[in-house]
This record gives sequence, structure tokens and C-alpha cells, in this order.
Amino acid sequence: MTNPSGRAEKLSGSAGSLVFGADVLVLGGGPAGTWAAISAAEHGARVVLADKGFCGTSGATAAAGTGVWYVDPDPERREAAMAGREKLGGHLQDRRWMTRVLDRTYAQSNRLADWGYPYPADEDGKSQRNSLQGPEYMRLMRKRTKQSGVTILDHAPALELLVDGSGVVAGAAGLRRQKGDRWAVNAKAVVIATGGCAFLSKTLGSNVLTGDGYLLAAEAGAEFTSMEFSNAYAISPAFGSVTKTLFYSWASFTDEQGSVIPGASSKGGRSVIARALRKGSVYAQLEEADAETQRHMRVSQPNFFLPFDRTGIDPFTQRFPITLRLEGTVRGTGGLRIIDDSCATTVPGLYAAGDAATRELICGGFTGGGSHNAAWAMSSGYWAGQGAAEFAYQLGSTNGRQAFRRGTVGLHSRNGRQLQPDVLTRNVQDEVFPYELNYFREAGRLGESLRRLDGLWSNASKAGPSDEQHLLRAREAAAMLATARWMYRSALARQESRGMHRRDDYPEQDDRYLHLVTTGGLDEVWTSARPLVSAQYSEAAE
Amino acid sequence: MIEIIDAERCTSCEICVSVCPTNVFDKTDGIPRIARQGDCQTCFLCELYCPEDALFVSPFADAPQEVDVAALKEAAVLGSYRRAVGWTDESRHLRDADRSYRLFGH
Repeated sequence: MTNPSGRAEKLSGSAGSLVFGADVLVLGGGPAGTWAAISAAEHGARVVLADKGFCGTSGATAAAGTGVWYVDPDPERREAAMAGREKLGGHLQDRRWMTRVLDRTYAQSNRLADWGYPYPADEDGKSQRNSLQGPEYMRLMRKRTKQSGVTILDHAPALELLVDGSGVVAGAAGLRRQKGDRWAVNAKAVVIATGGCAFLSKTLGSNVLTGDGYLLAAEAGAEFTSMEFSNAYAISPAFGSVTKTLFYSWASFTDEQGSVIPGASSKGGRSVIARALRKGSVYAQLEEADAETQRHMRVSQPNFFLPFDRTGIDPFTQRFPITLRLEGTVRGTGGLRIIDDSCATTVPGLYAAGDAATRELICGGFTGGGSHNAAWAMSSGYWAGQGAAEFAYQLGSTNGRQAFRRGTVGLHSRNGRQLQPDVLTRNVQDEVFPYELNYFREAGRLGESLRRLDGLWSNASKAGPSDEQHLLRAREAAAMLATARWMYRSALARQESRGMHRRDDYPEQDDRYLHLVTTGGLDEVWTSARPLVSAQYSEAAE
Repeated sequence: MIEIIDAERCTSCEICVSVCPTNVFDKTDGIPRIARQGDCQTCFLCELYCPEDALFVSPFADAPQEVDVAALKEAAVLGSYRRAVGWTDESRHLRDADRSYRLFGH
């Protein structure tokens, strides 16, 4: 039931701004955002999608490639797919959500095939659908989004949410940075699909992911969960941006002298690499890949080889220096807390999808990087779009509804001070990049870091942007700062090691912490324990 | 980081200005300008989308590099990523060449 005629309506705005009326506004144009926009349109909504960058190239997926948690609907295979992750995730997953995500991912992946995605066929002629090439996938998703009648605003970062007098979300406002003007969308529901936060670490494709959606959702009162599972680091050449950790499962790791580093490994031994990097250079060489594997690697991930081909390094026969780049909540599992099957947040009219939303439901406390995140983007995007469309339909006419801007930090100066985004960004990076703070956590170091971050917040929270050019940067820096505080406050609350969260002072998993950690707040960051009760989610609204 | 927009090949179509997710380029009356090189995240997507193979992204993510355009053209490095991904007429057969399913589970 596509509705190509039901386009969002362009309204007259004040000078220097573009104003739309829509049923659903989607923020973010990666996989989750495009699936949400298409789903909302298919459920009868007039939809606007606003992307900070360019819908089709921005986000962690577009630049790379990704595995997809696509499992044939065979009971044994499905059982194995779920069971295999539960121990890794510290048993925080929810089986009911895993089941519905596997079902929905299967359906959405098959739609991609119908739309012409060039899935490869294996030697037996079977179409293989558990991997997607980022550029190809997202080029197709942009095309399908437009064909669904969605209005796309590119280079249109959102700066703040709009809410009505009862606190129901009423749209968002932002910049059109290539036009030098502003946009506002009066919408009946909003989907946050702005991705996670990788703190401008240059992990591939992630520099648009600065936690912007978290900040504006928090300003409207949204809550977060599992933010302590945020210490994902990916292997890349020391000089480069291409993080493709999977390929390092064929690597040997050596020190400056060429001696093998005992225990270093891409899987289960990355912490050894982090410790070695604190002492000196670490080198990798993909020497365990045979000729056939090398050929498969080349055609599967051409961009993995760009840094090598362009520097004259043969990664299979020569050592090259590596580093670990922080992936934060992009390949962590935390995000906006979801309260029902439609991916609604705690704020009425506000929905979350993809990396911006929690993935604890299918990943527990372990990284959802790659396959699980891709499956989650497809599934949660579909549900959030549907949920937002239904919310908009139920709301009915909103003529005469007043909307209020909810943005705070970085938008208006309340103390005459100017927020210096570049300085603040470096200050935040100094607290989240170091392995001794984020990878290997301990109460004293986390507490000291939080004191510094809280100090940065009290300085920044009342400051305004230095000028219009720095508005977006100011909001990004503030969002990264807020994210770091939710991460570390949650990390302090979990006094054990579980999933990817590791505490030097509590190295064992402790069943007193078999619960989830909720967090939120801006000036005062709070945490609370939430029991694992799968029954708290209402039955599927599908 | 993005280092080169080759003036001989660029047709000022401005696709790179649109597709760059971090807004590195500015439009001009002629060929686009690399206006904010420091914002380049080294994702190689501008190079991939350039229909004229006029762009070169150096693999060095954290610092600019001197590059020799003539040598890059001579060695057919410009456009090499687009060919490898299967986005040129002569390399279309590579679009479904993904063999990741043979690599998972290692």
C-alpha cells in the first residue's frame, strides 16, 4: 500500500527557513532510517527523512560492508543462532526479541533481493544473503526511499526536537548546511535513527556518528540503557581508517622486534593488543590466509585493501603497524531505551531504530557489530516506522497545535560564554579514547574521568555557539560529552565484568548484576537497575 | 584524506559535494574546492561516486600527504576502487562477487 502521492507538505516558513508538515519525521538516513522511512510510508504516512550527511553514503554501513544476522527459518539453525550469543552477551538478551528480529531480518533481506540487490550465489547456485556491500546496499536504499514517496533532506542535521504542550514530540528543527538556512518539520511522530557515537575516531564511516540523536532525545526526556557496553575498539592500520576486524582473524601480531605477542588475537585477544599498544608499536601480518582465502577477501571487501595497495604494502607477506580505534556505542550495544514492540521510547511520539536504539534485546552485553547491528537496523527500522505511522494516525489532526523547541546546550548562551567545539571534542576524546580508561575500567579511574567530564558539562551546558558556522560542531561536541557521561556512570554502576564491559577491580561476572542499567539526565546523570523481565514488553502490534 | 580533484578530468558535476557525508567540499564556479580537508573521514565514498575518476583519497587518515597526480594516473590508481566494487561498465560482473559467506566463521 505505497502512497507515492502522499508526500510531505511544504509549508511557508519564515525567511531563511524551509518548513514541512509531515506525519512522520525520520532523523538519520543509514539502514535503520531508510527502512523506517519506507515502512512508515508503506503504512500510509507522509514522511520526511533528514540526514546530517547524504542519505546513501553516511553512517557506518555505507562506507563498509556488513554481515547480516540472516538465518534460514530452520528451527535448529535458529536455536543455534540464538544460543551461540547468549553466553557472550552475559545472558541479558531477550529470546522473544531475538526470534522476531530473525524473522523480520529474513523478510527484509528477501525484499532487498526482490528490489534487485545483487546477492552472490554460491557453488550450488544458492543465493547467499548474510552479507551486504555497504555502498551497493545504501545506494539501493536511497532509491527505494525516494520511490516510496519520502522527502529526503540531505546535509540537514537536526539540532533539536519540537514538543507540544503535553510533552508529545511534534517534530524537529535543524540546519541545511549546504544552503546556509534552517529547516523545521512539524510531525506527529519522530524516529531517531541517527546511529551511535564513535567520538570522531575515524573508524570507517563513523565520523557522522557523534551521538546527536541521543542528546536531542534526552532533552525531550528519553532514557538510555546498556550504555556501559560501549568499549568496542576495532583494528585498523595505524595510519588508516579501514576497520575490518574480521580479516585480522588470519593475522599474527608482533612487537617492534618482530616477536609474536602471546595471546594477541582479533577475537578473544584484543585486550592483549590494547595492552601491548600502551607499551609500543604493534604489527600485524595476515599470514594465515591461503591463496583462495586471499582471493575471497579481495572481492568481498575491496576497500580493506586500499590502504595497503596505495602504500605498497602486501598485508599477507609484510608486517604493518596497527592501532585500535574506538567504536563506542556504534558497536557497543547501548542506546535509547525501547519500551514496546513498536520501538517506542519513553517519550510519547518518539521512536528509535538502529544503533541509536539499544541492541541489548538481541546482543545482551556483547558487541552487536556487523551481523546483529545490521539485522537490528532492518528490523527496528521496520517496526519504528510502522509504530510512528500508527501513532500519527491515532493522533489525528494537529491543526493549531503549538510546538516548543527543546534544545539546550550549545544553542543559546545563558552565561555569555561561547562553547569551543574543537577544544571540547579533544577534551572528551582524552577521556574516552585511552584504553586504561575505557577498555580496562576501574572505579578510581572512571570516577576521576567522570569528575572531569562533569566539570566540562557544567562549563558547556550554559554556553552558546561562537557563531552560526559552529552551531553543528557545538551540538556534536555536547552530544559526545553527554554520551561519555552516560557511558561511564553506567560503567560505574555495573561492578562486575560481563559481556564486553570489563572491570579490573571486578574481573568476574557476578549474578547480583544480572539486570540492565538504565541511565539518563543532562545536568544530573542518574542510573538505576532494571530487572530482566521479558514480559514487560507488550505483545507484538503487528 | 581526500587529496586531489584532478582539474583535467573533473566536469564540475558536483556529485562529490553532494555525496560527501562530512561535507568536505564546497561548490565553486568551476571545479569543487576541498574546503575542509580536516573533516575528511577517509571513507573513500567520494572517489567511488566520481563518474570521471577525478578524485584521489590517500589512505592516510590523520594527516595530509603529498601526492603525484601524474604518477597516480599513469598507474591507473584513480578510479581503482570504483572498478574493484563493480561500478564501472567493464567491472559490473564484480557487483555480486562478494564471497564473505566463505569467510565468516573463521
